[in-house]
Amino acid sequence: MQRYIIIRFGQGVIALWLVTVIVFGISRGTGDPSDIFLGIDARQEDREAARVRWGLDKPIVEQYGIYLGKALRGDLGQSLKFPELGAAGVVFKRLPATLYLAGVSLALAIGIGIPLGVLSAVKRDTIFDSSSKVLALLGQSVPNFWLGLMMMWLFAVQLGWLPTSGRGDGYGDVKHVIMPAITLGSFQIAAITRLVRSSMLETLDSEYVKLARIKGISERKVIWKHCLRNAALTPLTYFGVIAAITLTGSVTTETVFSWPGTGLLAFQSVVARDFELIQALVLVFSSLFILSSFFIDVLYAYLDPRIRYN
Amino acid sequence: MALESPVLTGITTRLANTRPAASKAWSVAKRAPKFPTFLLLVVLVIPALFAPLIAPYDPLAAPEGIRGRLQPPVFAGGSWDHVLGTDKAGRDVLSRVLHGSRVSIVISLIGIGIAGSIGITLGLIAGYYGGLVDAAIMRLVDTSLSIPPVLLALALATALEPSFRTVILVVGALLWSIYCRQVRGDTLAVREQDYIARARVSGAGGVRIMVKHILPNITNTIIVLATLQVGFVILLEAGLSFLGVGLSRPTPAWGLMVADGRELIVRAWWVALFPGLAILFTVFGFNLLGDWLRDRLDPKLRQL
Repeated sequence: MQRYIIIRFGQGVIALWLVTVIVFGISRGTGDPSDIFLGIDARQEDREAARVRWGLDKPIVEQYGIYLGKALRGDLGQSLKFPELGAAGVVFKRLPATLYLAGVSLALAIGIGIPLGVLSAVKRDTIFDSSSKVLALLGQSVPNFWLGLMMMWLFAVQLGWLPTSGRGDGYGDVKHVIMPAITLGSFQIAAITRLVRSSMLETLDSEYVKLARIKGISERKVIWKHCLRNAALTPLTYFGVIAAITLTGSVTTETVFSWPGTGLLAFQSVVARDFELIQALVLVFSSLFILSSFFIDVLYAYLDPRIRYN
Repeated sequence: MALESPVLTGITTRLANTRPAASKAWSVAKRAPKFPTFLLLVVLVIPALFAPLIAPYDPLAAPEGIRGRLQPPVFAGGSWDHVLGTDKAGRDVLSRVLHGSRVSIVISLIGIGIAGSIGITLGLIAGYYGGLVDAAIMRLVDTSLSIPPVLLALALATALEPSFRTVILVVGALLWSIYCRQVRGDTLAVREQDYIARARVSGAGGVRIMVKHILPNITNTIIVLATLQVGFVILLEAGLSFLGVGLSRPTPAWGLMVADGRELIVRAWWVALFPGLAILFTVFGFNLLGDWLRDRLDPKLRQL
C-alpha cells in the first residue's frame, strides 16, 4: 500500500510539473507578452524597458525557473483587473462559490443517480427502465449552457418562480442555487445513473447475491445493502471524468447564471484579456484535479486490494 | 503433411473467412438501429451535405434587412417566410441551423482524426515497448487529462485569436490521451497472445507487428470510442463557441447561435432554442449509435 501511494504520488508530481511547463509554454510560445500588454504600436524603448522589468530578456530556461520558483511560493503573477490581490489571491477568493455549486450538483447527481440506477436495474426492461435509460442518455447529450438558458426562460422569465441569476444570500439560498446546480449536474446525474445501472446488473447476477437470496434475506435488503455496496464503487472509478466535466461545466454554467465563482472569473478574464489570471486558473484547477484524483486512487486502492498489487 | 498442422489450417480458415473490410462495414451498417440513424440523417448528414440547396436563405444575410429582425417562428405567430423565426440581425434561424451542421461535422471529423492518429500511434508504442517509453507517454497522458479543456481553450484564446485552429488544438489536446490510454491497455493484452510471439519469431519487426498484427485486433474498440466521442466533441465545440473562445462570428456555429440567444432570452427564446435542439439531437443520435456499436463490437468497453 505504501509503495502504491508513493508511486502514485510521484506520478501526480510529474503531471503537475508538466502542467507548469505547458502553461509557461502557452504564455511564451504564443507571441511576445509585451505585445499583449503594451499593444503592437508601443515605442521600442518602452518595449525594451518592459522586457527587462518582466525578465523577458533572460534565456527562456531561466525565465521558466523564475516562474516555477514563484509558483512554488504561491505567487502566480499579477491580475490586471484585480492588481491588489495577486492572481492566486483572486482565484482562491472566488473558489468557495464554485466548490459550493459543484458540491450541490454532485450531491444532486448522487442523490438522484444512485436510486434511479438501482431501480432501473431491478426493474430491468420495464417501462421505468427504458424511460430512465432514455432520460439518462438525453442528460448526457444536452449542452448544459443551453439547458440552463431554457430553464431560465421557463422558470424565471415565464413563471417567475426562481431568480434569473446571481448567488443571492450565499449558502442557505436554495432558490438561487437550484437552477445552476441542475445545469451543472445534468451530465453527472445521467452518468451516475448509467454507471450504477450497469454495475448493479452485474452484481445482481453474482454468486454472493444468489447466496444471500437463498439464505432468505429480504429482496429489499439484498438490493439496497448487499448489491448497492459493491455497485456504488464503480462510479468512483469514473471520478476523474466526472470531476473534469464538473470543472469544465462550471465555466459555462457560471457564465449563464452570473454565479460569482471561478468559472465566471475565467470567462471575465478572457473578456478582459487578463492573461496571468487565466494562467493562474489553469494551474490551480489542474492542481486541484491532480490532487483529488490522487486521493481517490488511494481510497480506491484501499477499498479494492486488487489495484495496489497490480 | 505440414500443411495439415492445426496451426496452419486454422490460419487458412481464418483467411477464408475474412471478407473485404468494405463489405464487413456494410453488413454492420445495414443492421444499424433505425431511430438514431434517422435522427442523424435528418439533423446532421442531409443538412451538412445539402445545406445550400435546402436552406431557404443565405445563413449570413438578412433578407429583409434590419426591419425583419426577431420575427417569431411560424407556430408562435410568425409567418411561413421564416419557419423558425429570425435573429437580432434579421437572419433566418432555420438556414443558420442547417448550415451549422457543417461546422459541427468538420470540427469533429478533423479533431477526432488528428487526436485519434496521435493517440493510437503513441498508445501502440507505449503498450508494445513498455518500460521507460511507456512511463513517459503515460505521464503525458495524465497531464493532458488533468488540464481542464475549457480553461486551456480560454488560456489559448487570450494568447491567440479564437479560431478554428484553437478549437482543433483544444479538442486534440484532450482526446489523444483518451485514445492513447485505451489503445495502450488493449495492446498490453494483445501483446501476450501467441500469434504475436510467433510473428516475432518469424522475424517481424516492431512496426510491422504493431500495424499488421495488433492494430487490426483493436479496431473495434477504436471505432466504438470514436463514435462515442463525436457527441463529446460537438458539445465541447459548442461550449467553447458559446464562451466566445471557439469559432468566431458570423460563422453559423450552433454554440455561437445559442450565445446570441442568451441576451435575447426574455424577448426571443427561439434564437437560442433551435440551435440548442440541433446540438441535443445530434449528440443524442451519436450516443445512441455509440451505445449500440459498443454492445455489438466491444461489450467490455465501458465508457461514460
